[in-house]
Amino acid sequence: MPEQDPQVRARNFLEVPTGYTHKMAQEEAARCLQCKKPGCVEGCPVGVDIPGFIDLISKGDMTAAIRNLWSKNALPAVCGRVCPQEIQCEGKCILAKKGDPVAIGNLERYCADYERENGTGELPPKQKPTGKKVAVIGSGPSGLTVAGDLIVKGHEVTIYEAFHKAGGVLVYGIPEFRLPKAIVAQEINFLERLGVKLECNAVVGRTVSLDELQEEGYDAVYVGVGAGLPRFMNIPGENLVGILSANEYLTRANLMKAYKFPKVDTPIPIGKNVVVLGAGNVAMDSARTAMRLGADSVKIVYRRSREEMPARKAEIHHAEEEGIELFLLTNPTRYIGNEKGRLTGMECLKMELGEPDDSGRRRPVAIEGSEFEMNCDLCIVAVGSGANPLLTSETPDMQLNRWGYIHTDERTGKTTKKGVWAGGDIVTGAATVILAMGAGREAANSMHDYLTLGW
Amino acid sequence: MFKIVKREEMAEGTVILNEIEAPLIAKKAKPGQFVILKADEDGERIPLTMAETNKEKGTITIIYMVVGKSTALFRDLKVGDSFQDVIGPLGKATHLEKKGKVICVGGGTGVAVLHPITRAMKDIGNEVTCIIGARTKDLLILEEQMKAASHDLRVCTDDGSYGHHGFVTEVMKEVLDGGDIKEVVAIGPVPMMKAVSSITKEYGVPTLVSLNPIMVDGTGMCGGCRVSVGGETKFACVDGPEFDGHQVDFDELWLRLQAYMEDEKKCHQDYCTIRDAK
Repeated sequence: MPEQDPQVRARNFLEVPTGYTHKMAQEEAARCLQCKKPGCVEGCPVGVDIPGFIDLISKGDMTAAIRNLWSKNALPAVCGRVCPQEIQCEGKCILAKKGDPVAIGNLERYCADYERENGTGELPPKQKPTGKKVAVIGSGPSGLTVAGDLIVKGHEVTIYEAFHKAGGVLVYGIPEFRLPKAIVAQEINFLERLGVKLECNAVVGRTVSLDELQEEGYDAVYVGVGAGLPRFMNIPGENLVGILSANEYLTRANLMKAYKFPKVDTPIPIGKNVVVLGAGNVAMDSARTAMRLGADSVKIVYRRSREEMPARKAEIHHAEEEGIELFLLTNPTRYIGNEKGRLTGMECLKMELGEPDDSGRRRPVAIEGSEFEMNCDLCIVAVGSGANPLLTSETPDMQLNRWGYIHTDERTGKTTKKGVWAGGDIVTGAATVILAMGAGREAANSMHDYLTLGW
Repeated sequence: MFKIVKREEMAEGTVILNEIEAPLIAKKAKPGQFVILKADEDGERIPLTMAETNKEKGTITIIYMVVGKSTALFRDLKVGDSFQDVIGPLGKATHLEKKGKVICVGGGTGVAVLHPITRAMKDIGNEVTCIIGARTKDLLILEEQMKAASHDLRVCTDDGSYGHHGFVTEVMKEVLDGGDIKEVVAIGPVPMMKAVSSITKEYGVPTLVSLNPIMVDGTGMCGGCRVSVGGETKFACVDGPEFDGHQVDFDELWLRLQAYMEDEKKCHQDYCTIRDAK
């Protein structure tokens, strides 16, 4: 798929890939071999009928193609953009063995974009009302999937969102240049048109409790509140001005649109020399945002080697193309500040790889006496997140695991509290959009069984 | 949308009171908790501790000083206008206990936050001395209300235009010297809370302060509001906003509050220029 030039895009917030033309989409679709036993479908956490929708694109029947996608995935415009296709559908494509799988993600994206720009707007059919009420807590990818699945099955669905805008990580976490917010708004609008009700500014655990929702008459509740507790390094100087969690930095940039400051009212720190700690997708998003906000240099500091970087290869590639430097096998030991309490630099240690640890990755070991300082006036900490206890601490009869995540039945998403399901990052810890959607799909099936057959 | 049903100007128009329709929040809110408000689509999320709640009417009241663009936007909302977003109640409620003699110290708009706490302290049977201060007489707020909420009200002004000529800390020392004070609650500007806490530490009197650092979500997600308390990092939004004043690193808090000072100044100036031109 064509992309904006790296030099140009490194300073703007427009989407990086510019999209297929209709001709390009049809040519790509024609490459699909229409396997009898398609590996791609097995590789998809929500089981999209991939050969089916691709066949419809190659035949030019775009309305049928989007209908086909919607039947398994309420958020195709999102998934086409942010799924790690290389380890899912495209990784399992027979053509991948020759090194060039069908670009399933790009085709999914094209199909959803076509519907948004040229489609009929006609909604998929809905089953007749069951009279059952469902509350979905959190409007991220898993909550939206549950809402989409259950509304077409005839249940009444209300989503509760703590922020002032729906979309969860899709609006506060993933940047505009990777997932335009107008597209997320459109996907949510699609659910609203199907009849899903949306209550923003509702912090479940504070504004209203889970028990109160059940007392209000919700027959089933889904908890998909995300992980949402930022981890820090716990090294000296971490509260200096100029050190932000990736959650804060990205929420300012994305949800609050601070990259438009002072046109909007929320400010965001602008760094000249920026360091991002961590090497996952969130770290890449933070680094690329800092570059777009005008940094002179952006460094990713990671204690392991390139092999172990958890980010998608495509994201690392995009980041490097845009001029972001990787400081691998490097671990910060303390932050350095000035008399105004502002960050001016950081001390790091060089690392080398030792024996494998619990995660199977080779453990980084500090090289003695290798301390060095680097200048930085902005540091974004993207080293993962933990379980936010806001809702779970108010719901004592819902069992948690030792890390504070909700304990669920693996197959159904049922929690230990009657009538309550959970899924996404609050169950698994930080993962991907599509895995959260997969969990939502399984929970929705189980919830539907419960609502029609009993617990 | 959250409609403003009552609006008052105080302290020569520098301090504004808004009573806002927010029935769900009013039903749940307890003294010491805060809300986050956002005026319009492009507005900033601003945390403010509630000064009053009315379960029957379904309203909450905030009292704030106009200091930047966001509070200037709030000021320009009239009765009948609405805040686009109000989120809450957030944070932990004040831990209230019958202890005996207590002192409640308030400065600036901190007096507004102190009011419901003072009243609750009195209601559960404490003997409450209240000390409030302002730079000058005309900037003093809620004098009558604080008088009713406490057993004994002392007023201070920096310029001596009313009450004791000097700082709240001077009067507080006198009361502490009277003996047998079980707790002090101090809410106001950071330098005031710092000064109060350092004095009460000498006297060995437990002291509660309410902090208002910069935050975005208010639910523990961003970590922007981190404060050092007893050498540990806490999030004011979920662990606070009230902390042990003897443990809080006020100097760090003060520096962190200045993080966006330049941006805020520019933003506020631009807003005032455009508004005055209209």
